[in-house]
Amino acid sequence: MIRACLALLRRDLTLSWREGGAIGTALGFYFTVVVLTPLGLGPDLNLLSRIAAGMLWVALLLAGLLSADRIFHNDYEDGSLDLLMLGPIPLELAAGIKSLAHWIATGIPLTLLAPVLGLLLNLPIDAYGMLMLSLLAGTPAVSFLAAIGAALTLGLRRSGVLIALLVLPLYVPVLIFGVSSVSAATTGPGSPWSALLILCAISLISIVLSPIAAAAALRASQR
Amino acid sequence: MSNRKPPGGLSGLANPTRFLSLVNAVTPWLAGLTVLLIGYGLYLSFFQAPPDYQQGQTVKIMFIHVPSAWISMFAYTVIALSALGVLIWRHPLADVSAKAAAPIGATFTFIVLVTGSLWGKPMWGTYWVWDARLTSMLILFLLYLGLIALRQAIEDPVRAARATAILALVGAVNLPIIKFSVDWWNTLHQPASVFRMGGPTIDPSLLTPLFVMGAGFFALFTLLHLLAMRAEILSRRVHALQQIAVQRAAAA
Repeated sequence: MIRACLALLRRDLTLSWREGGAIGTALGFYFTVVVLTPLGLGPDLNLLSRIAAGMLWVALLLAGLLSADRIFHNDYEDGSLDLLMLGPIPLELAAGIKSLAHWIATGIPLTLLAPVLGLLLNLPIDAYGMLMLSLLAGTPAVSFLAAIGAALTLGLRRSGVLIALLVLPLYVPVLIFGVSSVSAATTGPGSPWSALLILCAISLISIVLSPIAAAAALRASQR
Repeated sequence: MSNRKPPGGLSGLANPTRFLSLVNAVTPWLAGLTVLLIGYGLYLSFFQAPPDYQQGQTVKIMFIHVPSAWISMFAYTVIALSALGVLIWRHPLADVSAKAAAPIGATFTFIVLVTGSLWGKPMWGTYWVWDARLTSMLILFLLYLGLIALRQAIEDPVRAARATAILALVGAVNLPIIKFSVDWWNTLHQPASVFRMGGPTIDPSLLTPLFVMGAGFFALFTLLHLLAMRAEILSRRVHALQQIAVQRAAAA
């Protein structure tokens, strides 16, 4: 069982690495959105440093969604999703592993890019540690919640836009606690750790519950 | 089949034909009750309720605004319960209920947002404040839109039923978390200084019309829901008949 899970994880990671396009697109999108922000708001460094944490989080959510429909789509197209449903791994676990692969392939690279973009937005130096922690704690929720949207819209036309409409409202708690932990680290009031711990809790809940919902949606799509 | 006694009680109502006859019997009474309650409530709120000592006549927006807010949350509860019915018992009537309730709930949520923003302009001097309550209502509206959009995007009716039911339950699990996080967000960013609903608790002279209007809105929602369910059942029958006709024509 564990070997099958690891094999699935390795396969998904290899596919997303060899394909290349998905990671590159997400990173490029993230970069572009953050670069466009000062052009829209003006080059005032004080203003930018105040909104940096929020902009980094919002752009990360959008970039994560950009590749969300690929979580199940390629397997659906080439038929390996049918094999997964017949195989020894429970579909819930398979959905969880595929979300995990999405997190490793998208969430972690985006997290690593974030501090570079923080420089562009004049994020205060003492916020970088908390920014990385909050992104690391929050991006699993981003990937796992996106998997629900990907499973619900599997094989539909215009599924990308639909995923955004379905999943973005669910991202509200992640966004709020992610940003508030970073801004509490710079400006206060209060300790950033409480927001960070709640963010971890949200991620853990979504890691447990969203594969169940995603698997149910996959079964509904494969009647 | 024909000599078997029909099951009674709630499970009997799950039969669409019996449900339709119940709807047909109940609708006129419910419509009359709705008109009476809302009419009396409007009379009370426009002619009996005194203007608020601070807010003046604008307090009367409350008699539309607050009942709509109750209905907008009640409708989501109905959808979530129907979603359980879809996923556990796989009953088509539960899906009809969920499908019929979504646009009604979205409409009431929209009414809440519009009346709230019209109320906000004279009271707070702006149409929109990122208050925790307003924000969570806005997100509830987005969830409704997501439900409707997902239903429209899926062509296969059975898959559409299951997928929207899953989404409705995911939303139901998330709504308390969203509410909690929005409350946290607002208290962190902006202490309750711009406006406070508190101060005097609501006077009975304003409370009575509010409750009458609330009862009227519940009756209105039930009526609209039943009518929409009837229309949905009938349109599904028409669809089924059309398919039979097509098959016959193809066979001939």
